[in-house]
Amino acid sequence: MTYVLKPKLHHPTLPKNKIGYTRRDYEGKVSTLCAGCGHDSISAALIQAFWELDIQPHKVAKLSGIGCSSKTPDYFLGNSHGFNTVHGRMPSALTGANLANRDLIYLGVSGDGDSASIGLGQFAHVMRRGVNMTYILENNGVYGLTKGQFSATADQGSKSKRGAVNADAPVDTVSLALLMGATFVARSFSGDKQQLTPLVKAAIAHQGAAFIDVISPCVAFNNHPGSTKSYDYVRDHNEAVNRLDFWPTREAITVDYTEGGVIEVPQHDGSIIKLRKLSASYDPTDRIGAQDQIAQAAVKGEVLTGLLYLAPDAEDLHAHLNTYAVPFNQLGEKDLCPGAGTLEKINASLR
Amino acid sequence: MKRIEAVNDFVIKFANVNGSGSASANELFAKSFLRMGIPVSPRNIFPSNIQGLPTWYEVRVTEKGHLGRRGGVDLMVAMNPQTWAEDVKEIDPGGYLFYDNTKPLPPSRFRDDIQVIGMPLTEICNATYTDSRERQLFKNILYVGALAGMMGVEPEVIAELIGEQYKGKEKLLKPNLNAFKMGLDYARNHLKDAIGLKAKRAYAVGDKIFIEGNAAAALGCLYGGATVCAWYPITPSSSLAEAFQRSCSKLRVDKDTGKNKFAIIQAEDELASIGIVVGAGWNGARAFTATAGPGISLMSEFIGLAYFAEIPAVIIDVQRGGPSTGMPTRTQQSDVMKCAYASHGDTKHVLLFPEDPYECFEMGAQAFDLAERLQTPVFMMTDLDIGMNQRLCNPLVWDDARRYDRGKLMTEKMLEAGMEFGRYLDVDGDGIPYRTLPGTHPTKGAYFTRGTSKNAHAVYSEAGPDYVYNMQRLLKKFETAKTLVPKAVLTPSKEPARFGCIYYGSTSPAMHEALEALSQNGIFVNALRVRAFPFQDEIFDFVQSHSKVFVVEQNRDAQLKTLLVNDAGINPASLISVLHYDGTPITARFITEEISQIVTALNVRPIKKDKAA
Repeated sequence: MTYVLKPKLHHPTLPKNKIGYTRRDYEGKVSTLCAGCGHDSISAALIQAFWELDIQPHKVAKLSGIGCSSKTPDYFLGNSHGFNTVHGRMPSALTGANLANRDLIYLGVSGDGDSASIGLGQFAHVMRRGVNMTYILENNGVYGLTKGQFSATADQGSKSKRGAVNADAPVDTVSLALLMGATFVARSFSGDKQQLTPLVKAAIAHQGAAFIDVISPCVAFNNHPGSTKSYDYVRDHNEAVNRLDFWPTREAITVDYTEGGVIEVPQHDGSIIKLRKLSASYDPTDRIGAQDQIAQAAVKGEVLTGLLYLAPDAEDLHAHLNTYAVPFNQLGEKDLCPGAGTLEKINASLR
Repeated sequence: MKRIEAVNDFVIKFANVNGSGSASANELFAKSFLRMGIPVSPRNIFPSNIQGLPTWYEVRVTEKGHLGRRGGVDLMVAMNPQTWAEDVKEIDPGGYLFYDNTKPLPPSRFRDDIQVIGMPLTEICNATYTDSRERQLFKNILYVGALAGMMGVEPEVIAELIGEQYKGKEKLLKPNLNAFKMGLDYARNHLKDAIGLKAKRAYAVGDKIFIEGNAAAALGCLYGGATVCAWYPITPSSSLAEAFQRSCSKLRVDKDTGKNKFAIIQAEDELASIGIVVGAGWNGARAFTATAGPGISLMSEFIGLAYFAEIPAVIIDVQRGGPSTGMPTRTQQSDVMKCAYASHGDTKHVLLFPEDPYECFEMGAQAFDLAERLQTPVFMMTDLDIGMNQRLCNPLVWDDARRYDRGKLMTEKMLEAGMEFGRYLDVDGDGIPYRTLPGTHPTKGAYFTRGTSKNAHAVYSEAGPDYVYNMQRLLKKFETAKTLVPKAVLTPSKEPARFGCIYYGSTSPAMHEALEALSQNGIFVNALRVRAFPFQDEIFDFVQSHSKVFVVEQNRDAQLKTLLVNDAGINPASLISVLHYDGTPITARFITEEISQIVTALNVRPIKKDKAA
């Protein structure tokens, strides 16, 4: 953990995007998460994605629940409004915010405790409604802030740091999102910035409910042999994260996987994670097929990543509700109040 | 036996089986008095069920305009064998029992001190109709006709109402008119002067309107600029959200584009409803939810967040009987404490107490101004009695010059001009900080909203002084709220009074009738109707200026009294509770009797000998 403040001066040669912003303009406060935390890599990917998309930071609203992952919106897009809501209830607050102003970009950040346990209901229903958002689930299989309890995405048979074995079946959030009607579903890896950044960009561009489950290992509590979400292979420790790393025992591992192949990524601590790069023949517009392949991979102990499903004809909640084009928070009396004359007619009909 | 004789002042109760089609016939009957210029106040007393259980419809006919429940029954229309015994028992001595005498009943099923009027409803229907559903439905219209005949309700008035009801449905219009006529003729031929309760044309209705509180509240939200409504079905609040949907479909669709200037979400539960409302409020839309007690319990966590993070939200609690599932279809005022202090930690909320549909509209609209001005959740505390019953009230009023108070919103211009922005900074000394909406300015005014403690500039802080600053400022803001919420309304006694009385919400009409009855018995009481929490100093002063003050409420635990003691610093020894909480609306007779008894007891051992009651 670091309390070193970021220098405010920017290097004059920092590249700028089309609207004249450097990547630094998309950063936020200094992270207070553990050094090496996968979540910080996700924040870096988000910064990169928004920068590359030339989006004005203040046109983004960041909402989150409670937990380590939900703290992260403070660590990127410092000129965006953020809202750290209630544990497991980010989806409803985001839905309301989205209804109030359809012109902003909505980013929901959540964790596996937040989305798969306490907030499983809201997770399911926000997908059903097709709220136009990018929902990032930073999935580490463990409760970090309360020090290491299993979460509902922990695999059956995986071991906790203290040696307890998880007997419960896991909630597979991508399968659930597909089932509930999300129109963009992806899974990625916090360390694989090359894969994650383009996915985030695509999700932001998607006009509907976009969901990315990002496996993001917890270096403090779920990074040991026997864990199926242990510290991973790829951690890009360079300037993208822009932060010194004092975690002593871990070094970055990078991996490039070939198309269609399964790769086993040995972890520093001896645990192994299997990854499958999507094959060229994978059809991301086939929802049923995607569900099938995810399930088959899970049986083999593999984790499918990449863009798993994209509905070509996605619609969002505003379309379902046939709402007015001008954001509700900009409408005044003239637009909203029918006036005294109409009220007199209403009175007359009630006599 | 002396039978009850009355003109334009009596209580009729219909005992029916729910799902039998009685509701519309009974409503037709009630409305016929209104059309004759006689105020009427009907109340549905219904089960949490769709078909087959007992349901009652009580009609208070009152030329004087007493729209509360009086207590007692002058005429019972006993159409439900299941509840026969208790229905017969409820009739006042000298009152009337009207029943279907197709099947004879033994004398033991009746009472000696009441007038019994039998009419072979089933026999007539069976002889006239072949379809079983028609036999059932027209039985209801038949008794309406008979009652009209016996009581002198003008047949033209009922024919007119039937005409309005079946406008465009000629197939239904004629048979209904026929059934009504059949009942009317039977009464004229066989039941002449059977009932001493008479309707006589009057002119006491004026320009008043007849509307359910939930419908009026929905209109208030619409006029008040609500664009987002999120709700979860729960009795007795569901009809509020449904009314909002209906009204918006008529009044809030853009004429040019056909697009809706509203969004209504039937959420998966109350947690999501309030989450949507808080999210919308955070982002600058006027948003509300309608719910009942169990919903408030579920919403409590979010309510605390909205209080602490200072986000406008409007919550309409249509109260019902608790605790737990309690009495979902019965009325109470038992969420007062729950809402006043909803959530964990030190929290206090603004409450509004409308007395009738007129105030449901007025306060419904005002709640949004208060919520945005104060940046906090505002509760409108109505109940089933107001919400789900049609009530005669003053016509709804809107001033076209009125502007929405969006509160302290810092705009792009203000930020550009260099105004200091601290999200939780008290710049005006009223405890209310400025807020910015997401997307206001590229580089200024963004902040991170959180439920955890923070400093005045919305930066995460666990420092004690930062926390205390915020909590003290929230208290100051609550003081400011006192200057903004509706003031209490005083009804002074005709004679100097030693007793005072505090009441609120749906108790109002029964209270007014009780005050009249009490003063006729020489008991003079100054009455103060509390319309909001936090309490203004006037309420404290009112209690101080009386030796004893009755607090009349519809809950077991004297919740408003507790609030008065706890929050207005009132000495509990000066307050006497009058509590009614059996799930039925409080009656004028109940209040009169309770207060009379207490006054008598107090006068036996007077506290101040020089003053009589």
